[in-house]
Amino acid sequence: MKTIAQPVQASVETRPRVQQSRSRKLWNNRTLLLMCAPAILFFAIFAYLPMPGLYLAFIQYNYTDGIFKSAFIGLDNFRFLVMTGDLWRLTFNTIAYNLAFIVLGNFLQIFIAILLNELRKKWFKKVSQTIMFLPFFISFVIIGLIAYNILSFDYGLLNNILTSLGMEPVKAYSNPHVWPFIIVITYLWQSTGYGSIVYFASIMGLDSEVVEAAEIDGANALQRIRYIVLPWLKPTFIILLLFSLGGVLRGNFGLFYNLVGANNTSLYATTDIIETYVFRSLMNNFNFSMGSAVSLYQSVFGFIVVITANWLVKKASPDNSLF
Amino acid sequence: MEVVQKRIRTDGTSLLVRGFGYAFIGLFAICCLIPFLVVLGTSFTKEASIAKHGFNIWPREFTTFAYKIVFENPNLIIGSYIVTIGLTIVGAIVGLFLVAMTGYALQRPDFEQRNSISFFIYFTTLFSGGLVPFYLLIKQYLHLGDNYLAVLLPGLMSPFLIIMMKSFTKSIPHAITESAKIDGAGDFTIFLRLILPMATPALATIGLFIALGYWNEWYNAMLFLSPDMKYRPLQLFLYNVITSADFIRNSSAASNVPLRDMPLESMKMATAVVATGPVILFYPFVQRYFIQGITVGAVKG
Repeated sequence: MKTIAQPVQASVETRPRVQQSRSRKLWNNRTLLLMCAPAILFFAIFAYLPMPGLYLAFIQYNYTDGIFKSAFIGLDNFRFLVMTGDLWRLTFNTIAYNLAFIVLGNFLQIFIAILLNELRKKWFKKVSQTIMFLPFFISFVIIGLIAYNILSFDYGLLNNILTSLGMEPVKAYSNPHVWPFIIVITYLWQSTGYGSIVYFASIMGLDSEVVEAAEIDGANALQRIRYIVLPWLKPTFIILLLFSLGGVLRGNFGLFYNLVGANNTSLYATTDIIETYVFRSLMNNFNFSMGSAVSLYQSVFGFIVVITANWLVKKASPDNSLF
Repeated sequence: MEVVQKRIRTDGTSLLVRGFGYAFIGLFAICCLIPFLVVLGTSFTKEASIAKHGFNIWPREFTTFAYKIVFENPNLIIGSYIVTIGLTIVGAIVGLFLVAMTGYALQRPDFEQRNSISFFIYFTTLFSGGLVPFYLLIKQYLHLGDNYLAVLLPGLMSPFLIIMMKSFTKSIPHAITESAKIDGAGDFTIFLRLILPMATPALATIGLFIALGYWNEWYNAMLFLSPDMKYRPLQLFLYNVITSADFIRNSSAASNVPLRDMPLESMKMATAVVATGPVILFYPFVQRYFIQGITVGAVKG
């Protein structure tokens, strides 16, 4: 690809450079600009237009007065969130779950990618990859239903197995302590096949001659993995890790909402994340200002985290940084 | 086959690792599959058997009663199917065209504004107004409550897909665009006549990502489509079947089956099977396109 790209670059460079006015430049690219226009309009409406709405965080919104006439109360919403401990709980839950997802997820994905690479039977690789990738394709509604299938106190598969082994059945839907495990396991179940594809593809890019040379020198599988495959995966791992750290304050609403259920208050202590809180303040409590306050906090704090993560990516590998 | 492939004798450790690999991957794959089988099995199980033995992979007492009830009042589920298929087809075609057009323009090295526009799009993943202002925008300012457009429009494009398209079209040599320009073709003609036909694998991948998104979409549907709407997208319909007692009561009345005889549990599973069936059936044939997209899009190319 590089060899093709270079002469093109050169031909662009050698063109006579005439100072053009700004509007002239825009006019020259009018077709390309027009081709981008729908996308620009799309993001302007659905992403940028709501942003000023975060002003809601600073007022006591009520429906009759609307946005502009509701009382301005400054930081009172934030003060309330801090005082009730809600903000701390939401931040803790969101970050703790994401860290568990990132660490365990990447570990399992790399583990599976490496093992897949050691297998020799083609059909086995194909079939198992296909099956592991399957959970990525179903909606969170189905995932919620599947969890219910397994965890339901009366009928669930888990309690079937536990009672047949003579053990006590578990009341999952009223016991907040088991949920961190349930949510993390469900996440791993759904995303490992998907995530391992990236690592597996990366291993495929490894020069087979290097591996064969190591084999001839008498390296066994563990040594090959330790000294060739793992170092080879390190850059991919670091980049993916930093990218996912950038989103550490963003929760997966669909996963939590469908697993826990809409109004299961007894589980909030361990399952409530920023997204589910904002959703409830909108749909159940109609407290638009409180929801916006949490969103604003999330966006600002999240923005700082992304900038930091990107700065780290830039240090680790300048080619992969986002900006 | 082993003999042909391996010139070097495999040592004990390597054989052990391989054996462990087969066992672990096999087990993990089975764990991925079992929940699907439980849903399928339960949908064919008699309600009395579920009450006695719980959910199982293999139905102890086989029946298709739950499916009969689901299709007793078929226009509801068929309506949902039509809504979802419509959204998926329209969304995938329109979205794909827009994403492809934007992605192509944004990777053109001679397009001066490409970096600022790329950043304009990318910035939306860094900072957002959150759910409440978005909700108010759609409902109170665009007046799209109870309108399928509220589900269709927000799903058309995403920064992720545009970046993926950019990486894909980058691999088409710019010289093709250049020579077509010399022959007098306009940018849009080049995109339509030259780039699109050359980018079919990329288009298949991105189109499938968008289509899957619409098929599984329930979030915007739940936010903006009220239960008063007769025909709701499939996943929302399923969500209502799972969570609402009203729905069960209505189908009990519609099918003349007394409420206490309604196959509550197996009906949920049967609806899930009906809602997911097409995806699972198509899946083996299209998975390679998704794999392509993931490997291209994961690490920014």
